[in-house]
Amino acid sequence: MAKTIQEINEKIKNGKAVVVTAEEIIDIVEKKGAKKAAAEVDVVTTGTFGPMCSSGAYFNIGHTKPRIKIGGGTCTLNDVPCYTGLAAVDIFIGATAMPDNDPRNTVFPGAFKYGGGHVIEELVAGKSVRLKARAYGTNCYPRRELDTLISLKDMNEAVLFNPRNCYQNYNVAVNLSDKVIYTYMGRLQPRLGNANYCSAGQLSPLLNDPYYKTIGIGTRIFLGGGEGYVVWNGTQHNPCVKRGDNGVPRMGAGTLAVMGDLKQMSPAWLKGASFTGYGCTLTVGIGVPIPLLNEEIAQYAAVRDEDIYAQIVDYSKGYPELIPGSLGEVNYAQLKTGFITVEGKKIPTGGISSYSRARTIARLLKERILAKKFLLSEPVAPLPSVDAGITLRPLNERPVKQK
Amino acid sequence: MQKKRVVLTFPPSLVGQPITYHLVKDYDLMLNILRATVTPNEQGRLVLELTGLRKQLEDGIAYLKALGVEVQPLAQDIRWHEDKCTHCTACIPACPTQAMALDRTVMEVSFHKERCIACELCISVCPFRALEVLI
Repeated sequence: MAKTIQEINEKIKNGKAVVVTAEEIIDIVEKKGAKKAAAEVDVVTTGTFGPMCSSGAYFNIGHTKPRIKIGGGTCTLNDVPCYTGLAAVDIFIGATAMPDNDPRNTVFPGAFKYGGGHVIEELVAGKSVRLKARAYGTNCYPRRELDTLISLKDMNEAVLFNPRNCYQNYNVAVNLSDKVIYTYMGRLQPRLGNANYCSAGQLSPLLNDPYYKTIGIGTRIFLGGGEGYVVWNGTQHNPCVKRGDNGVPRMGAGTLAVMGDLKQMSPAWLKGASFTGYGCTLTVGIGVPIPLLNEEIAQYAAVRDEDIYAQIVDYSKGYPELIPGSLGEVNYAQLKTGFITVEGKKIPTGGISSYSRARTIARLLKERILAKKFLLSEPVAPLPSVDAGITLRPLNERPVKQK
Repeated sequence: MQKKRVVLTFPPSLVGQPITYHLVKDYDLMLNILRATVTPNEQGRLVLELTGLRKQLEDGIAYLKALGVEVQPLAQDIRWHEDKCTHCTACIPACPTQAMALDRTVMEVSFHKERCIACELCISVCPFRALEVLI
């Protein structure tokens, strides 16, 4: 019998909801079948904890006396440049921004020790950071310079706003060349020396709801240790890729744009990260509750690592040159054994996304729901799905001739 | 016979001398070079596994120290900061000796000092800088 989100919320409030994690539902569906599982279980909690570059935060820092118009000027937090093309005292910091004087890759491979993701982690940890701003001065905003310490509690609003998180599946990265390469998928040793993957697999939110039947715009989620919302599909959301018989995409597909109050969040679930030779970013913890509204949704949520396939992609040539194709596919159960075979060679695997942290997030979200501290929300609009006719376009360059 | 793993730091003045030769010839030690580097300012760093009789090991190390070579036991060279580790497992394929180990039932990383040869391959692959070389 089908349930509604409203009915599940009533059960949560009455302490009668049955909540299990995306790992626990696997055995339940196997033993009892999807129909019985959907009748007995109300919510399945998922989790993921991995680097997500399209992340950032915006702040309203409050007005100075006399006033300053940072909008159109420049602003840094701990020397990391912020975006200022907004109103007078609204600024945005992106996860991959780094200080102007960072040496980057001038001595290759660069270390990228500190960037926007690290600033966000420090702020969330309650630390003060140094804000420096320069403005051009107007009649109504005469001040031109500002140099102050600031922490989250000094700000009016501090909002995490991530245009693309939570990728539904991802590539397995390898290196076919004769030289070591440094990528956002980690260091890849030459001649298929190692293979790195980046997904929580059977715990990952969008892999448990492959057609976005419950996750939509307005879905309340665990975000960075606090609460947040799905606010749109993420950038590069691409539902129309090749899928398995179980509906699960066999490569990167759907994505989420999410936001939430940074002041509630925790540095355990928002961590600055540095990828040698590549850059810096933010590792984000996200957990999405899936209401088991019917048998079909229960069946999807019971997906296991061995049923989720990913494409093996060469990051020495195929990826950088935007050459389509893959060297084959493997499932996450194979990846997690520590070795896969590519072109006849057995090679060791490493993760970029933390499965153990993903499991903790799914457990924390389950505990919050059971403690009646987290209610499910009704999506206000669905995410584009397989019928949306989306094709991801490469940039159609129209070069401008120099005169 | 005893085994000892050591990290030797050579000042620039000694980089040109055949010191390991003397360890073999004069102290009858077996050497396995685990790692060797000469930094841009010409300081040398050598990670060695020494095998020999206890007395000869002690005398060999005393000889190195007398020359001005800094001798450190190897295991203390790399430190794993558990509080910074997120168990992403990026270090696992990088480690040649399974000193960084993964319990696959819970997908959690642990560090086993006794297996570490301080090759430092893990240092730059950790996105959270949870591995540190102590010099």
